[in-house]
Amino acid sequence: MKLRLIFTAAAFGIGCATLAFAADEPQKERQELMKGVGGATGTMAKMVKGEEPFDQAAVIAALETISANVEKFPELFPEGSETGMETEAAPAIWENMEDFRAKADKLQSDADAILADPPADLDGLKAVFGPLTKNCGACHETYRIKKS
Amino acid sequence: MAAANGRPVAKRRVRLLGGLAVAALIAGLGVFWAVTAPRAVSAERLAAIEAIEADPARGERVFWAGGCASCHAEKEASGDDRKRLSGGLRLTSDFGTFVVPNISPHPDAGIGQWTLDQFSNAMLAGIAPGGSHLYPSFPYASYVRMSDQDIADLFAHIKTLPASDATHPDHELKFPFSWRRLLGGWKFLFFDDAPRTELADGDAQLQRGQYLVEGPGHCGECHTPRNLLGGLKTDQWLAGAPNPEGEGRVPNITPGSPSLKSWSAADIAYYLESGFTPDFDSVGGSMVAVQKNMAELPSADREAIAAYLKTVPAR
Repeated sequence: MKLRLIFTAAAFGIGCATLAFAADEPQKERQELMKGVGGATGTMAKMVKGEEPFDQAAVIAALETISANVEKFPELFPEGSETGMETEAAPAIWENMEDFRAKADKLQSDADAILADPPADLDGLKAVFGPLTKNCGACHETYRIKKS
Repeated sequence: MAAANGRPVAKRRVRLLGGLAVAALIAGLGVFWAVTAPRAVSAERLAAIEAIEADPARGERVFWAGGCASCHAEKEASGDDRKRLSGGLRLTSDFGTFVVPNISPHPDAGIGQWTLDQFSNAMLAGIAPGGSHLYPSFPYASYVRMSDQDIADLFAHIKTLPASDATHPDHELKFPFSWRRLLGGWKFLFFDDAPRTELADGDAQLQRGQYLVEGPGHCGECHTPRNLLGGLKTDQWLAGAPNPEGEGRVPNITPGSPSLKSWSAADIAYYLESGFTPDFDSVGGSMVAVQKNMAELPSADREAIAAYLKTVPAR
């Protein structure tokens, strides 16, 4: 009985350690950050498409998410994280790290510039949404590879 | 007796067989030469295209639908730079590297001196001015389905674009693919203007979608897998293929696609307009340049493409 308890506890401990380890992998972490950027983009896109009413507070929160996430993002491509965890990161990232960082910086500065004078209505959002999200494709064109 | 006469008989047989072999070889070479000869667009069709009153403004829509800028503009070009068709992009493949030519209207570096007949022959028959075969990396195997009006309008439109004096080296292909005559064999096996899919009804939107996807849009050139000789596996139409430029895959875009089957026609049209998937991931890779072109089309064209993609056989 006691032995079974110890085994269960040990198995549980290993399980937790594995989970914690997996969450710390840069591949996983950067995937989560990008999911956050996608979600924030979706919040604004639904307003632009007319599926949701304009909500300035939600727009500001979305822009803050994009700015914060993309600030951390380029730090998560250390040597050794080129493969694994179903990464879609292209080898070109490590060949052109400077350009890759510059593209991340540009998205962040574009988001910050909009935050400094956030759109007051739907037309204002429409005016900045297109130019802001051009950054997505501009980076994914070279640095993201779809595996399926 | 038999031994004495045997030798001349055998000799005669050898001579006969040798003669037959030489004749067969000559016949074979003749067939090869005939099969691989470049075949131009018919004089009647060239005349019909010449007779059209071309509209360069309408040609702009054909220009975006045809995706000319995806390969012929500079990599990562944006805005008006996508109209400068200076070439130079290097396309890697199993056969070697293709270097995209300058097709801006520059008289020496580009196609400024081409006639409409020469342009029609390139687009519809894969033949260069001078009569040699063009490599199907230039997607004439799709453009062959284009209408006379679109060819004439596109040519008129390209004439209005900025000239570039950029020059580029030749393709860097492995032997025997470097021998253009062999492309006649490729055309004999894989090149025709038959529809890729049979549409059940004559719905005008679907027909427009079919025209755009199978013709100028040349979607199947990347989204359909190829056999060892570089011919499309037509029974796997739009079923996805390995990325010719290296790692990754070009996705399956039929209704059977694991990643796309939950997309509505409106989702597909929105993706082509904005570059966003239904969960707000963005377009990437070579599709970025394609999507920029699609965004320039009238929304009815994007909706037609989406409607067609929902009706092709699921793979």
